[in-house]
Amino acid sequence: MAENESKKYRNTTIRNELGLHARSAARIAGIAQNSRANVWIQKNDEKADASSIIDILTLACAKGTKITIIVEDLADTHILNAIADLVDSGFGE
Amino acid sequence: MSKPALQEIILKGINASPGICIGKAYLVDKEGVDVVEKYYIKKKKLQAEVKRFKAAVKRARDEFQSIIENRPEELERDYILETHIALLKDKMLYGRTVETIQTEAVNAEWALKKIVSGLIMTFEKMGDAYLKERASDVVHVSDCIMRNLVGATTENIAAIDKRVILVANDLSPAETSQINLARIMGFITNRGGKTSHTGIVAQALEIPAVVGLETATIEIKSDDLIIVDGNTGIVIIHPSEQTLVEYEERKINYEEYKAVITRESHLSAETTDGVRLEVMANIELPEEIVSVKNYGGDGIGLYRTEFQYMNRQDFPNEEELFGKYREVVELMTPKPVTIRTLDINGDKAVANQSDFNETNPALGLRAIRYCLRKPDVFKTQLRAILRAAAFGRVRILFPMIAAYFEICEAIKALDEAAESLEKDGLPYKREIDIGIMVEVPSAVVLADLLADKADFFSIGTNDLIQYALAIDRGNRNVAHLYQPLDPAVLRLIKRVADVSREKGLEVFMCGEMAASAQHMPLLLGLGMDELSMNPQSIPQAKRVIRALKRSDAQMFAREALKKKTARGVFEMIQDTYGDILSELEYR
Repeated sequence: MAENESKKYRNTTIRNELGLHARSAARIAGIAQNSRANVWIQKNDEKADASSIIDILTLACAKGTKITIIVEDLADTHILNAIADLVDSGFGE
Repeated sequence: MSKPALQEIILKGINASPGICIGKAYLVDKEGVDVVEKYYIKKKKLQAEVKRFKAAVKRARDEFQSIIENRPEELERDYILETHIALLKDKMLYGRTVETIQTEAVNAEWALKKIVSGLIMTFEKMGDAYLKERASDVVHVSDCIMRNLVGATTENIAAIDKRVILVANDLSPAETSQINLARIMGFITNRGGKTSHTGIVAQALEIPAVVGLETATIEIKSDDLIIVDGNTGIVIIHPSEQTLVEYEERKINYEEYKAVITRESHLSAETTDGVRLEVMANIELPEEIVSVKNYGGDGIGLYRTEFQYMNRQDFPNEEELFGKYREVVELMTPKPVTIRTLDINGDKAVANQSDFNETNPALGLRAIRYCLRKPDVFKTQLRAILRAAAFGRVRILFPMIAAYFEICEAIKALDEAAESLEKDGLPYKREIDIGIMVEVPSAVVLADLLADKADFFSIGTNDLIQYALAIDRGNRNVAHLYQPLDPAVLRLIKRVADVSREKGLEVFMCGEMAASAQHMPLLLGLGMDELSMNPQSIPQAKRVIRALKRSDAQMFAREALKKKTARGVFEMIQDTYGDILSELEYR
């Protein structure tokens, strides 16, 4: 997604059957933990710290939930894309 | 020597993994963890307290690590333990506990308990049962830290050296991974559902399991003699001599039966006089196809499509539905897949559909009534089904048809879906067999009219019996009156079969009645072409059919229809086929 390369956010939808569960959240957190600044997952008005599995779980994202991944630093664009791609792929489930 | 007469107690849970075991109970509990004391830490000792907490986390981590290294190969692809390791250091758990120790100057146990209780409350507030269950991962991880803080001796399941049946509130993935296959006969838990981790592990290990028993850890003490029947979901505590004998027999039968079925499940169900019945499977998820194939199913007789509509806020889109249907169709090809359109009802209703507040959902807006009311939802599914049909042998089945106009409208919707696919230039197949689910008595009465609109009938006995006899099976005052062999039910089935023969339709049965070995002679005699059941029941049904002769069964059915009571029919089955059935049945 070339047009997003210089953006600080990407919209995506949870595709995997079970929604964001502990294992999928752990994969997101694993990526987010390498970021320079904060990475957030936003659902409606709620925001969760993407580097925390538990915070992600408390967002209660079932299948079909629309979320936005947000990075605070443009240097973290590759992290933004890696997470959004992972969600897009349905975590390969 | 007189034994104290212990009362036999029967618990009913959810059958999570098949098989029967009889043995001593072994309670896995976490004593010493529940009671947490609160005390204050002097300022200069706070750093030491934080260190004590971190050390406990480190030990918990080591514990998980060693379980991972020693876990049986069958469970290697299960990344849940790796997730638990990641959770140990999660900032919402680890970071905030450390913070609480420092800011509130309290002991580590109290700080951890406070943080975890808060998290659990957050999860509890979530409406969705699936999402709520996610708190269990956090609980398992914090329990492990807590044990290491308190210094409680852990229940080391790996060290159990007796042949026992594990009894637990809930078995964590870490605990189940440690189970030594050779030592554990089975396990039962208070919590969990059919798809819970415990059940999946038990199936992989091929040991019986019953979950969702609620009170197992209260009713059962270690060393109690218990029977676990993973086929029916029943657990019996302090079984009487008589019950023990009965279950020993069932256990032997089941094991023999299992050995036999693995040998002959792929043979076809052909009667001794050369009539072949198709024995099909009822499924809900594509994942079940593995067992359909293992058990020798001749196809999918009922693919329930509700699952994709549950556990979510919105409706699934066409691509999602198409993807799943195509997967099932391709995996089964060239065998047929019967896709039943959405049979959503009051209790299965999508969570956010709050207009579903019906006092009598069984008689309410459900199945085809719902779909005809929501043309967009219906069309999306019909398009997905027609597209999947291009990849194999698909049949479509409309549920709850009670009137002639309903099947006409359903077919019209199907035609419209086909036209729109044509316009969009997408590959699809319209020439598929159309079936009517016969589960409302009016459909039986109108069978001759409905027959003109369909290629096959599929009798859904669960609902048909409920509606015909006006019995709610969930109501314990009348549940005993729910009798598949009731003469009224048999006459309804006969009418559907007769009309089918006259009109040149095929007639199938896909309710629970079709899965019972004792019903086979009747169903064969009445002229069913195809039976569909849960995959596990297929091998037995095939075996029984192979032992029957159709001409005899037809004569038998004629006589059975003269009986005046369900009891009378049952006795006739026992008298005529008792020998064959007792030889072939494992129950």
